Amino acid sequence: MKRFRGFVIKEFRHIFRDPRTLAILFGLPVVMIILFGYVVSNELKNIKLVVYDQSEDPVSRELTDKVLASGYFVHVADITSEKQIDEIFKAQQAKLVLIFDRDFEQQIMNEGTVSLRLVADAADANSAILAVNYAQAIIADHFRRQGGGVELPWQVNGRSRMVFNPELRGVYMFVPGLMALILMLISALMTSVTITREKEFGTMEPLLASPLKPREIILGKVAPYVVLSFVNAITIVVLGVLIFRVPIIGSITLLLLECLLFITLALSLGVFISSAAKTQQMAMILSMIGLMLPTILLSGFIFPIDNMPVVLQWFSAIMPARWFIVIVKDIMLKGTGMPFIWKETLILVGMTLFFIMMAVRKFKTRLE
Amino acid sequence: MKIIEVDQLVKKFGSFVANDHLTFDVEEGEVFGFLGANGAGKTTAIRILCGLSYPTSGRISVAGFDVYREREKIKQNIGYMSQKFSLYEDLTVSENIRLYAGIYGLRKQEIRERETELLERLGMSDIRKRRIGEIPLGWKQKLAFSVAVFHKPRIVFLDEPTGGVDPITRRQFWELIYEATKEGITVFVTTHYMDEAEYCDRVSIMVQGRIEALDTPRNLRRDHQAGDMNEVFLQLAREGS
Repeated sequence: MKRFRGFVIKEFRHIFRDPRTLAILFGLPVVMIILFGYVVSNELKNIKLVVYDQSEDPVSRELTDKVLASGYFVHVADITSEKQIDEIFKAQQAKLVLIFDRDFEQQIMNEGTVSLRLVADAADANSAILAVNYAQAIIADHFRRQGGGVELPWQVNGRSRMVFNPELRGVYMFVPGLMALILMLISALMTSVTITREKEFGTMEPLLASPLKPREIILGKVAPYVVLSFVNAITIVVLGVLIFRVPIIGSITLLLLECLLFITLALSLGVFISSAAKTQQMAMILSMIGLMLPTILLSGFIFPIDNMPVVLQWFSAIMPARWFIVIVKDIMLKGTGMPFIWKETLILVGMTLFFIMMAVRKFKTRLE
Repeated sequence: MKIIEVDQLVKKFGSFVANDHLTFDVEEGEVFGFLGANGAGKTTAIRILCGLSYPTSGRISVAGFDVYREREKIKQNIGYMSQKFSLYEDLTVSENIRLYAGIYGLRKQEIRERETELLERLGMSDIRKRRIGEIPLGWKQKLAFSVAVFHKPRIVFLDEPTGGVDPITRRQFWELIYEATKEGITVFVTTHYMDEAEYCDRVSIMVQGRIEALDTPRNLRRDHQAGDMNEVFLQLAREGS
């Protein structure tokens, strides 16, 4: 045990004496969460809106105000003819046009149906869809509150998403995904690099020829990163709560325990990678391409899993991050506990055991 | 007394035979040289003796322990220095010494005393707080050797310890090796510098996985009617290929 302690202390020294390691370990998570949170969020703000109100009655005006009050839209102009829409889109003066037909109020009163049109500039399809969705949601919400008896076909649509994220805030979706990405990146990348570094510099051989057992060497190399990655997990949660006001409705203890599980999984992946890579560069490339890209693309972090081709959905199922993201979302945003996430947790435990086994076996055969 | 006994050691990588029925003994307290060209199978053999790799077949014991079943005991009794320089550049002289001393289970008190004594002997007391990366290669090499024998192993394995070092430092390095033998440590050293072979008590010369000759340097020169070890080696290499 005393031998082991000295070995772990050495590993901490490596970390704290290397500015680059420190920067990746502590700088990267903070920079990434702030960058992602502000820049790459899938939420639109200040969508330029043009209103074409042919009716100019109290209801149409009220609706317009309501849409603008949401904060997602800025009113840039009013137009008086449908022909102007084309010019406005071409000049990129607006993204969305809200059209009230003549006798808007009258129609509601008499027929119970409304004719209201949204025209979006779909040159950028994603933001067009988002803009329309936002507007629809706001208008639907307005009528529901009013109890005007007007049934809108999209009313049910918007609802499910708005329950746990009433403001449709994209950052709520990003924090769990980012947690998965950062923990995966830091834990797996750093361990695979630190182990291959010993191989590259020839310091591994004297260790293997010493009374330290191979599993002690691996554990000793990994132990500091468990601690530091855990600190990272806490940092991300704190940043998410403080800066982006992401709620934690469920149990924090459970959340942190799940983080620990995911970190262990990522670390064993790192050990596994290090057994395949001969150089630090190789380890870095393997971690980046083998772990980071799939985590970003296939985990449901950015692209919804349901929309993927079936084959990619299968791939997504073997991404540890996919299950972790579900767990984190459930705990943070829905406040659910073990009864609802035991299946995902079990999958992560299974994956962890699998990779530890593989890593140990690989490490042993490499010695032969 | 024989401290290393090797009988019919074979190591194959697929169909390639790296060690072809090696048989030799090493006496306790001697400096045993393991010579050969690059790729002759020296490193493969030394790794097996250190418990870093399993042999394909053969009976091998090191310090009285069997390499198949008692690797842990072997590791407790040996020191190892590889051809790649093997101290941590970002740790200080003292931290490197203490790390390895700790790994071999030495007590704190013992470590402190031996460290002071060692650094004084090497004339490195002033730089004990300097990082390894900042000190000259020759010093590093000497320090690496001293760390490998710090826990007073019964045998120390040196795999090309003097690669890339200037002749003067090599000379000094061999003085350290002799000092270690005075303390009763057996030295098993691989090299491809033929002049270093003269410093060994006995020398085995490997050519393409086989031991072609094994004797004292003097006997080898006499048997091959050669002026120095280099000629002996060239003769054997020519016959072997």
